[in-house]
Amino acid sequence: MKKTKFYGLLAVVALGVFSVVLIAADHIDSPAVAGTAVDIADLYAFEGSNPDNTVFIATIQGPLTPGAVTENAIFDENVLIEFNIDNTGDFVEDLVIQAIRRDSVMYFFGPYAPAEVGMNSTINRDNLAGQVEISGIDETITSNNNGMSFYAGPRRDAFYFDFNQFNLVVSGAAAPEGFLPSGQASDFFVGLNVMAVVVEVPNSMLGTAPAHVAGAVGINGLPDAYNVWVTTKRKQ
Amino acid sequence: MKIQNIKYIALSLCLGLLFTQCKDDDDNGNVIEQASCDDGIMNGDEEGVDCGGSCVSCFDLLDFSGTYRQEDIMGRPGINTVFSGSGTVKDMFNTSLVSDRASFQPIFQNTLEAYHDVYGDALGVSLDYEANILGLDAATFTTVLAQFDALQVAPNAQTTYFDPNTGLALTGRTLADDVIDISLILMFGGNDGARFDGNNGTPQLTSDGVGPGDRDFTLPFPYLESPVQ
Repeated sequence: MKKTKFYGLLAVVALGVFSVVLIAADHIDSPAVAGTAVDIADLYAFEGSNPDNTVFIATIQGPLTPGAVTENAIFDENVLIEFNIDNTGDFVEDLVIQAIRRDSVMYFFGPYAPAEVGMNSTINRDNLAGQVEISGIDETITSNNNGMSFYAGPRRDAFYFDFNQFNLVVSGAAAPEGFLPSGQASDFFVGLNVMAVVVEVPNSMLGTAPAHVAGAVGINGLPDAYNVWVTTKRKQ
Repeated sequence: MKIQNIKYIALSLCLGLLFTQCKDDDDNGNVIEQASCDDGIMNGDEEGVDCGGSCVSCFDLLDFSGTYRQEDIMGRPGINTVFSGSGTVKDMFNTSLVSDRASFQPIFQNTLEAYHDVYGDALGVSLDYEANILGLDAATFTTVLAQFDALQVAPNAQTTYFDPNTGLALTGRTLADDVIDISLILMFGGNDGARFDGNNGTPQLTSDGVGPGDRDFTLPFPYLESPVQ
C-alpha cells in the first residue's frame, strides 16, 4: 500500500470518528445536518399494493430511541421535504412532491413541475394534493385524496445494518476478518424509530419514464425508470 | 358583625351575580350569535380557530411563502456515508445537485481503493478493487455512484434494488431489500460477487451478516411498522 494512501485513509478515519458520521444508509450522514430536523435517514420508492401506484417514503431524524425521544420528535415547520422526480433522464427534477407541517397537519403538494429547480424551492399552494393529521406514537392516521394516500409520523426504522461493525470495518480495526458471521452480527437499528413521510401516487401522475440510466454504462435491458431523490430544504 | 363575615357575604353576592349573569336559559341563541371569525377561539361552525365553516378556509390562512434551500439530499442508500470520506466532503455532497457531481468521482474512487488497501495491508498483500459483478471498473463504478445518484424507479416493472431470484436490479428500493449486502457485493465482490465473502481465508466484506430480523414488510399503507414503544 502506498504511504500517501494510508495517511489519507487515516485522515478519513480520524475525521469520521471525530464527527461521529459513519452511519448509513444516510442516517446522520454529515456534520452539518446530523441530529437536526433536516437529516434524511432513508429513501424508499416501490410499487404500491395497487400496482398502478408508486410509493415514496422519506425517513428523517433517525435514529430515534423508543419512549420520550420518539414521542417528542416533531417535523419542523421550516423544513420542506421534497421528493424529486426526473422523467426525462437529465437528473434535473421535472416533478416534485412536497410535504411540510403546519400545526398538527402535514400538507402535501404535487406532483407538479416546480417554478425553480435545484438548490432552492418554493411552494405553489395551488398544487395542494392532500393533507393528513400527523400521527402520534400509538396511532396510524392516513388520508386519501384524488387517488393519492398520505401518512406522516413516527414509524419503526425499516433499515437493517450492523452499524457498529461497519465502523470497525472501515477504520481497519476489524481487518482482516471484516464483518461478523450471521448470528454474531447485530442489527443496530432493530429497536429504533424514525420520522416518516409516506405518499402513494398513481403512476399516471408521474409522466412517462425515460430509458434506464444503466444503459449509459453499457448495462442494457433494464426497464424504463424515473430517477428519484429526496431533499430537505430549510426556509430562508 | 365582624369584618370577616362582611367579607364572606360580599364575596357570596359577587359570585351569585357572576353566575346569574352567565345563566343562559332564555333560549335566544345568543351564544351562536356571538361566535365570530375573529374572536380567537374555535366556535360556531368553525373547523379551526376562526376558520372553516362560514369563515375563511383554514388552508387559506396558512403561510407557505418563502424560499427553501437544500440542506440534505439522498438518492441511493449509503452513497454519501460510505464514499465521501470526510465530514467536509459529506457536507459538500449534501448541498450539491445530482446533475453537478463530476468533482465527487475521484474522491469516491480514492475511498473505494482505500477500503481495499486497509485489507491488503492487514493481509500483507497488494489489493485493488476488481471490476464488479456488473462489469464496472473502479472509474465507471464510481462515476455511476457519484454522477447518477438517484434511485431508478420503474413504473411498469418489479421494483427492487436487487432481486437475486430474478436478477433484476436498480428498479426501485423496497423496505425489504438488503441494500447493505448489495452495496458490499458491488464494492468487494469482484466479478463473481464472492471475492471477499469470508470463505477460503478471505475477509467477510460482501455481507454485514444481518437480515431484517422480526420486521414485517407485508403491511398495507403506510407500509412501515408502528414505532417501537
